[in-house]
Amino acid sequence: MPTATFHNSDQLAAAAQPFEALQPILLRHHRSPDSLIEILNQAQQFYGYLSVELLRHVARSLALPDSQVFGTATFYHLFRFQPPARHSCVVCTGTACEVNGAAQLVAALEGALRISLGARRSDGFVSLGAVRCLGTCSAAPVLVIDGVVMKHQSAASALATVRELAP
Amino acid sequence: MSPLADAVQRVRCCSSAGCLASGAGPLRQALETAVARRELQERLVITGVGCLGPCSQGPLVAVDPEGILFGGVSAGDADGLIAALAHRSQAALASEREAPLSWTPAAGERLDTSGPFFSRQRRVVLEHCGLIDPERIEAAMECGAYGQLRRVVQTLTPTEVVETIRRSGLRGRGGAGYPTGLKWATVAKMPQGQKVVVCNADEGDPGAFTDRSVLEGDPHRVLEGMVIAAYAVGADHGFIYIRAEYELAIVNLRRAIEQASRQQLLGQQLFGSSFSFTVQLRVGAGAYVCGEETALIHSIEGGRGTPRPRPPYPAEAGVGGAPTLINNVETFANVVPILREGADWFAAIGTAGSKGTKVFSLTGNVRRGGLVEVPMGTSLATIVAEMGEGTPDGSGIKAVQTGGPSGGCVPAAHLDTPVDYESLQALGTIMGSGGMVVIDHATDMVALAAFFMAFCREESCGKCVPCRAGTVQLHALLQKHLAGEASAADLAQLEALCHMVKDTSLCGLGQSAPKPVLSTLRFFRGEYEARLRPGTAPSPLTTAGAAP
Repeated sequence: MPTATFHNSDQLAAAAQPFEALQPILLRHHRSPDSLIEILNQAQQFYGYLSVELLRHVARSLALPDSQVFGTATFYHLFRFQPPARHSCVVCTGTACEVNGAAQLVAALEGALRISLGARRSDGFVSLGAVRCLGTCSAAPVLVIDGVVMKHQSAASALATVRELAP
Repeated sequence: MSPLADAVQRVRCCSSAGCLASGAGPLRQALETAVARRELQERLVITGVGCLGPCSQGPLVAVDPEGILFGGVSAGDADGLIAALAHRSQAALASEREAPLSWTPAAGERLDTSGPFFSRQRRVVLEHCGLIDPERIEAAMECGAYGQLRRVVQTLTPTEVVETIRRSGLRGRGGAGYPTGLKWATVAKMPQGQKVVVCNADEGDPGAFTDRSVLEGDPHRVLEGMVIAAYAVGADHGFIYIRAEYELAIVNLRRAIEQASRQQLLGQQLFGSSFSFTVQLRVGAGAYVCGEETALIHSIEGGRGTPRPRPPYPAEAGVGGAPTLINNVETFANVVPILREGADWFAAIGTAGSKGTKVFSLTGNVRRGGLVEVPMGTSLATIVAEMGEGTPDGSGIKAVQTGGPSGGCVPAAHLDTPVDYESLQALGTIMGSGGMVVIDHATDMVALAAFFMAFCREESCGKCVPCRAGTVQLHALLQKHLAGEASAADLAQLEALCHMVKDTSLCGLGQSAPKPVLSTLRFFRGEYEARLRPGTAPSPLTTAGAAP
C-alpha cells in the first residue's frame, strides 16, 4: 500500500471557481458514487495529481463521506497526492524484466538520481517509480522515461538517457 | 482476412504495445510516407494490425498476399521495402504465381513462417489477431464479427446457448479453470431481474500479456462474446474492468464500444428483438488484488478493491447485489468460434479435461518470445524449447514459471508435462492467465521466490491477517536466506508459514502467494539449503517441518 503524503495546493484552492474542469466529468458520470475511480482517474489526468481540496470537492459532489473518497484513492497505486515531478522515470519490475536485470537498473538509477525507488526528488526534477509489468515483455528490461517506453535497457543506457533530461 | 483486389499488396504493421516499444510507430509512418511519395496508394495498402506473434523479433511487418513476415524492421528500411514491393511483377501477383521478393531489412531478417513457432500453433482465439485492423469495425465484420451474435439472438434460445457452451467443455481462462457453461447456467437460473456481465481484463500477472494482445488486436471478438453471454444469462448491462497500464487496449476497446453502439450491435432491442445490452468500460487504478472477482466487484462499485468471503458467489450477488457473470477476456474470445463451429468441434481440440486452445505469452530467458496459441495438451517442452528455441545463450532451460505470483516453477526435468489444468496443478502451479516465463541457469530460484513474495506483500490489500502479516514475514525469511543468515529452523518456519498463509487467507491472492516459494522448495530445495548459515546444515529433524 503506498503511503500517502497529501499536498495542499494554495493556488487551486484560491481560485474563484474551484475545479471547474471537473464539472463535465462529474456530469458525464451522473455524479454517481459508483464512478468514483473513473472520476479520480480523469481528475488526476487533468490536474496532474489529487490534492486534498480536490478529493474533498469530489466527496462533496458525489455526496460521499471524505473518508470513503480518501480511503479509495489511497488504496490504489496509480493515484498521486503530490504534483508530479518534471520528469518521470519508471522501471518495469515485472517477471521478465526481473530475470533480465531490472534490479540493476533500479540500483543504477537510484544512485544517479540520488533518490530511492518510489520517491520524488525534493527539487521536483524527477521521480523514480516502478510498474509491475507493462506487458511488453519481449523488450525486457524496460524503462519508461516521460512516457516513452525504452527497450533492452542497461545501466549505462539508462544513465545516458537520464543525463540528457532537461533540468 | 479481407479479400484483396487484384494485384494489390498489403503491408501489415504490428501496432501492438510490444512492437510500438521497439519503434513500430515511426516505421508505419515512414511506410505511409514512402507509399504516398511514390503515389502507390492504389496498389499498396498500409494497415496497422494487432500482435503478429514473435514479439522478440519486433518491429514486425507482414506483406500480403503471401503473408511474408519480416522482423527487426526499422523506419530506415521503409523506403527500400516499398521500392521492392513496387517492382514486384504485377502480372505474377494478379495470377497468384509466385512474385519473388528478395528484400530484407538492414538489421532484421525474413522470418520463416513454416518454423515451429508458427506451425505448432492453432489459432482459434487469435484467428483474426494480426490480420485485421482493430481500429475499423468494418474490417472485423468482413471476417464475420457479430454474425454469431445475430444468429444467436434471432434463432437460438438462451438455454440453447448455455447448453452449447457447456457441451464444448470450455473452462475459465483466467486462472482456476472453472467450467464456463456451469457458471453461465448458474447465472441464467437466477430469478429474472437485473443481471450483470463483467469482463475481467485486469491482467495483473507480471509476465502475462495475452489478454492485452487479444484486446489490442481484436476487441470486437471479446465484445461479441460478452453480448452473447449476456443474452444467454439474461443480463442487460455489463462492465469491462481493465487495468490502467494497458493504454492502447483501453483506446481500442473504447473505440470498439463506440463503433458497435453506432452500428446498433450494442444498445437497445438488438436485431429487432427484446434483448438489450449496454457495456461500460471501467479502468482500474493499479491494484493486483482487483483480479480477484469479489475485489473487482468492489472496485467497479467505486470502492477499495478488497475481497470478501464467498458465498454468496458473484453469480448470486455481484455488482450492486445483482447476479453477475464474470469471465476473463480469453474466455469470452472463445465463445464466437464455439458457436460458429459447434461444441463438438471445440471439444475435439485439447485433452480429456481441458478443451480448446490456450494463448501463452512466452517471455524471459527465451530466444523467440511472443504470443502463441497452442492446443491444450501441448507439452511445455514444445512451447519453450521448440517454439521458443530455448535460452538465448543456449545454456539450457532451468525452469518455466507459469501463473505469475499465483503460480509456480516447473523444473526442466518435468518439461514433458502437457499444458492442461490438472497436470499443471499436480506440479504445484496453475495455468493462470497465460504468462510463461522461461528461466535459465543464471537465475537464482530463492531470489525469484523473494521477488514474487515482495510483489504479493505490496499487493496484499490488508484485509485479512494471514496475508497481510504472513507475506511480510515470508519475505523477511526469504531475505534472511538470501543474505546467508538463515538457520535450518528458519527454513522450517518458512515452509510451515507458507502452509499457514495458503490455508487461512481470505482470497486467492493470499492463498496462492506462497506457491512460488513452495514450488521452488519442492524442486530446488538445494538452493535454499546451500544458503543456510554455515554450521546449521539441515538435519532430517528440522527439515521435517517442525515449527520452532
